[in-house]
Amino acid sequence: MAQSDVLLKLKGVKTYFFTDEGTVHAVDGLDFQVRRGETLGIVGESGCGKSVTSMSILRLLGKTGKVIEGEIMFDGENLLDLSEEEMRKIRGNRISMIFQQPTTCLNPVFRIGEQIIEALQIHQGLSGEEANKRTIELLTLVGLPDPVRRMRSFPHEISGGQAQRVMIAMALACNPELLIADEPTTALDVTIQAQILDLMRELREKVNTAIILITHDLGVVAEMAENVMVMYAGKAVEYAPVHALFEAPKHPYTQGLIASTPVLGNVRDELETIPGQVPSLLNPPAGCRFASRCAHKMDQCTQEEPPLIKLEGDRLVRCWLY
Amino acid sequence: MTVSNSTSENLLEVRNLKKYFPIKGGLMRRTVAQVKALDGVSFSIKKGETLGLVGESGCGKTTTGRTVLRLIPPSGGEVLFEGQDVLKASSSRMRTLRRDMQIVFQDPYASLNPRIPVGQSIAEGLTIHNIGTPKERLDQVAQVLDRVGLNSGHMRRFPHEFSGGQRQRIGIARALVMQPKLIVCDEPVSALDVSIQAQVLNLLNDLQKDLGLTYLFIAHNLSVVEHISNRVGVMYLGRMVELASRDQLFRKPMHPYTKALMSAIPLPDPTIKRDRIILEGDVPSPVNPPSGCRFHPRCWLAQDICKHDDPIFEEKEPGHFVACHFAQG
Ligand SMILES: Nc1ncnc2c1ncn2[C@@H]1O[C@H](COP(=O)(O)OP(=O)(O)OP(=O)(O)O)[C@@H](O)[C@H]1O
Ligand SMILES: Nc1ncnc2c1ncn2[C@@H]1O[C@H](COP(=O)(O)OP(=O)(O)OP(=O)(O)O)[C@@H](O)[C@H]1O
Ligand code: SF4
Ligand code: SF4
Ligand SMILES: [Mg+2]
Ligand SMILES: [Mg+2]
Repeated sequence: MAQSDVLLKLKGVKTYFFTDEGTVHAVDGLDFQVRRGETLGIVGESGCGKSVTSMSILRLLGKTGKVIEGEIMFDGENLLDLSEEEMRKIRGNRISMIFQQPTTCLNPVFRIGEQIIEALQIHQGLSGEEANKRTIELLTLVGLPDPVRRMRSFPHEISGGQAQRVMIAMALACNPELLIADEPTTALDVTIQAQILDLMRELREKVNTAIILITHDLGVVAEMAENVMVMYAGKAVEYAPVHALFEAPKHPYTQGLIASTPVLGNVRDELETIPGQVPSLLNPPAGCRFASRCAHKMDQCTQEEPPLIKLEGDRLVRCWLY
Repeated sequence: MTVSNSTSENLLEVRNLKKYFPIKGGLMRRTVAQVKALDGVSFSIKKGETLGLVGESGCGKTTTGRTVLRLIPPSGGEVLFEGQDVLKASSSRMRTLRRDMQIVFQDPYASLNPRIPVGQSIAEGLTIHNIGTPKERLDQVAQVLDRVGLNSGHMRRFPHEFSGGQRQRIGIARALVMQPKLIVCDEPVSALDVSIQAQVLNLLNDLQKDLGLTYLFIAHNLSVVEHISNRVGVMYLGRMVELASRDQLFRKPMHPYTKALMSAIPLPDPTIKRDRIILEGDVPSPVNPPSGCRFHPRCWLAQDICKHDDPIFEEKEPGHFVACHFAQG
């Protein structure tokens, strides 16, 4: 793999929130990379730090959150060193984002066409007429019915699935090198989800965009991702190519996650469960963070945190069993 | 196993149930249109059975559950519980019915009062119905807490002290304490992580086996519904479009919408490549449902007849009901 192939590389990233109740160790030492054109899936239980990871990359953490350690290298540049002004040029231009709730990202008082046209004028320096033409192209590309008329709609006048398509059109307006999609289809019905996933696949092929796809739906990951990172309580616990991960999950948490998912067409009497619940990120336990729920726990597990251990076939696992 | 033939094993029978919500508008707040949330839905549930109800957002699943329980009045149709019409029940009969039929909601957070200890929330139904002495109620609450995998020590705690999965267990305990015959579970696991979801599904299964409960299980996740149901009904835009045993429905779906729905579900197995039916367009509005077959604007099998003739919901194979002019296995 040539070095320039790597588009994004996180090294030892720690993102903490400083709250009245204490310090939330939301992301606690994260390393991963994404190649150009690659789709990386990130899965994990609610609250494990998936969204905070993406917000750290985009530097949209708000007042209480801060990346306190590590590097976020994007195309050879550490995003953490950029000024706010420089960062603004990257956001929505070289890196785009699709959020779970599309309507929260569309400005309710502007027509959807105007919003895309404006983005194109600011980021791509297109003239009004060029931007207008490109907007129609994009809305057609994302399969919005009757795009010329729809451009004049306000966000509340379109359905959730349509709003999500407008968001994708906006995210792609600038042919981004990296698209971060945080639960892009969770709020949608499955038939609409199928349309949107189809669309993302098509666009990936046309524009060679790298995608970070965050979801808790293992089905979506299996279908879309080349590589998968599994997170648990602020840490990556497993990293593997998608086929290898589903064929032979290594980390006890990943194993439990896959075994507890009901699979269409494969009814079992009893679903496997993972007992207990996720530890608090205010005072994460010493040692392995999964230990309180793990059936393979050993003495060592609660004393010393397991490192990410390299396995064959480009795999990493954070567990003392290996 | 029929939708409408009355048999004594049916705990619940729903016939041609309708619910129209008025849309008010203008200065006079007159009814300007109606949301046809339920437009003639029929099904039955046998004692001890789980009927799953699936369909996309807004198709009328929750409205079905709430109308059956008479939490909202229907606009038409019949609901028979143990052979008696719930909608015409006397107030004393209604009191027993309110105990016999319970509901578990999707959002364990919203359905518990944050300011009162969970023990009191669980006992609420008993208190309202004046069942037992305070001491007896306490015992019963302790018993159901134990039953759902919590313990009596949890009684004095407040909702915020519990995780999502635990709160859902509390919601189930609250229904169980009334010793119901039927529980309507409205998306009981949709808000939970998969590992926690599995715990709650297993619990519901165990309770059914031990107590002979009957469930109407509402969910939009077909894998979950397949896992838990004996029979499954598929709804589209206020109508039941297909109803069959679990195996019939999942092995041999007959309605084009059901087929599309199943093909659209991403499977957690990257080695499987399926032919996916990608539907065109969005779900239409129940205010102005399409003429003829309501699915026709999105259906790839639609013919002219589908635009003006509403297909009848009929038994195409034993126990397998479908509303489609061109239903095929
Ligand atoms: N602004 C904030 N202040 C304090 N804590 C926060 C803040 N934002 C996130 N957190 C905490 O950081 C942790 C990680 O949150 P994050 O939103 O990344 O989870 P997630 O993996 O995206 O979960 P979900 O699947 O529910 O979206 C959680 O414990 C969350 O409570
Ligand atoms: N109180 C109400 N007033 C007006 N319309 C309503 C009311 N309750 C529900 N509706 C409408 O009735 C239709 C059916 O709603 P319902 O909540 O039963 O759908 P659902 O299948 O449960 O959907 P979801 O999967 O989103 O929960 C929808 O179009 C909804 O907007
Ligand atoms: S390190 Fe120990 S406790 Fe953690 S997952 Fe591995 S075996 Fe389980
Ligand atoms: S009746 Fe016609 S439009 Fe309706 S589902 Fe059947 S084939 Fe499709
Ligand atoms: Mg998130
Ligand atoms: Mg509902």
